[in-house]
Amino acid sequence: MCGAPKQGGVLDGIDLSTQTVIQGSVWHDGAPVAGAYVRLLDETDEFTAEVVTSPEGEFRFFAAPGTWTLRSLAPVGRAERRVAAVVGLNETTLAID
Amino acid sequence: MSRSDVLVTADWAQEHLGDPGLVFVEVDEDTSAYDGGHLEGAVKLDWRKDLQDPLRRDFVGREAFEQLLSARGISNDDTVVIYGGNNNWFAAYAYWYFKLYGHQSVKLVDGGRKKWELDGRPLSKDPVERPATQYKASEPDLSIRAFRDEVVASIGSKNLIDVRSPDEFTGKILAPAHLPQEMAQKGGHVPTAKNIPWSKTANEDGTFKSDEQLAALYDEQGYDDSLATIAYCRIGERSSHTWFVLRELLGKPDVKNYDGSWVEYGSLVGVPIEK
Repeated sequence: MCGAPKQGGVLDGIDLSTQTVIQGSVWHDGAPVAGAYVRLLDETDEFTAEVVTSPEGEFRFFAAPGTWTLRSLAPVGRAERRVAAVVGLNETTLAID
Repeated sequence: MSRSDVLVTADWAQEHLGDPGLVFVEVDEDTSAYDGGHLEGAVKLDWRKDLQDPLRRDFVGREAFEQLLSARGISNDDTVVIYGGNNNWFAAYAYWYFKLYGHQSVKLVDGGRKKWELDGRPLSKDPVERPATQYKASEPDLSIRAFRDEVVASIGSKNLIDVRSPDEFTGKILAPAHLPQEMAQKGGHVPTAKNIPWSKTANEDGTFKSDEQLAALYDEQGYDDSLATIAYCRIGERSSHTWFVLRELLGKPDVKNYDGSWVEYGSLVGVPIEK
């Protein structure tokens, strides 16, 4: 399977002692952005994965410890943020100006 | 073969929705994407349910493919125009699959669902029914499909192109990072494979880069035009995207997709792996 599972929701069944989860939501103008494309870029800025945000604007990646860049692409605009991820849950927000 | 024979723009697709002789096909793993809105008149193929054998890890057989396309109302004479999510990964897989079974006229919509959505183009939730056909498939064209023994035998002698992300290539992660990282197979890559990620061939909106940019990319990465080529990824869909670039856009002569890919290779006993 390479299709992304449903974004957001509970983390049932995900082992946070081994998985490095990077999740959060995309916001614009005080509201979550559904259907935004969020991509995860590695330390060299190379594409690693991409998901589409849920109706609540949520995204989730399963990465590895290290520095990553999140970039969102949506008709309302773009946002970008770097995250330093560790094993477990790493939460962040992408705000589109 | 040139770009216009195998690729249409979103504008072209929008202008030609509903044309006789054209069948638009959405291919996703996640069919909820189609159900939430699709190109007007497009039929759906489910990557897993429709295109994979329900028991073994393999394609559906020729007869099952004939039944599938007949039921979807696709004729041998139709031009099949495919698009999908995930930057057209599964659409490219279906393109390769249709070619494997000998369909003559197949095209991809450049940028797939992503560009369509980012452009704010119309989507329909109307059910699509097409009258059944009597589709006839050819025997599989194995000149475009590689199996594991050929991959092992090709180490050091063919262009082996690993199209996964750099972190998958090095074994830092085992799957694209939208999936949980718990897999049975070992991490790493086939020895002598070059890592030329599929993503280097596409723009951010999912469209393919220009022929000139693509040719320069493979030149820079040391692609040897005198050798045959096998592309692989994790399960064969991203490498279909690269197969499309190499064979259909750039016209390279001998290019195969290894759809067993890393899920198979990384689980084999006794084969060499580099990390």
